[in-house]
Amino acid sequence: MIKQYETVFIATPVLSDAQMKEAVAKYTQFITANGGEIVYEEDWGLKQLAYPIQHKTSGFYHLIEFKASPEFVASLETQYHRDERILRFLTVALDKDAVAYAEHRRAKRTATTAEPKAEPAAETAETKEEE
Amino acid sequence: MANIENNEIRYLNPPTVEVRKKKYCRFKKAGIKYIDYKDPEFLKKFLNEQGKILPRRITGTSLKFQRKVAQAVKRARSLALLPYVTDLLK
Repeated sequence: MIKQYETVFIATPVLSDAQMKEAVAKYTQFITANGGEIVYEEDWGLKQLAYPIQHKTSGFYHLIEFKASPEFVASLETQYHRDERILRFLTVALDKDAVAYAEHRRAKRTATTAEPKAEPAAETAETKEEE
Repeated sequence: MANIENNEIRYLNPPTVEVRKKKYCRFKKAGIKYIDYKDPEFLKKFLNEQGKILPRRITGTSLKFQRKVAQAVKRARSLALLPYVTDLLK
């Protein structure tokens, strides 16, 4: 049986951008390699924590929505446990209301992020033309 | 004396008539079905200044959604989106 899940993890702030990307790639590959399917991915960037975890006051948040079998989640969580870069993680099964909400949220976010992205691209094109 | 003749009572301070607004469940009213733990700003509406979850008798949330609010708040706390204990939240 395939269910939809959502996992958020917090990585240590000491990682560089490349290391963070590598960590994310590790988990996305781990999901796809074990018969999972990535539905959505979202990087929240460096965020302040509400309370210190392992003496750290900030962390990189990353959200992955995926479809997988329930047995897979336990193996994903053991991977998290073994990884020293991960401060905290949470995996949640999504019911049908949650899936609807996630889709709505995604649509809203892409609508808001697409516009600012389009503008700088247009601007750079203009500056290039001027040059 | 005119007051008494008219059989009318006048108060120095106007009497406080409590017109209580009926509480309602905002989730039922707005048709919200899923409460997101990833939105701490929204969840703060259901917390007091110490970050404790407010009771239903204050927020007016129905039992079904109070359980979901509690669940979402606890998830947000474990992800350090909301504090477990604090002072002067908000």
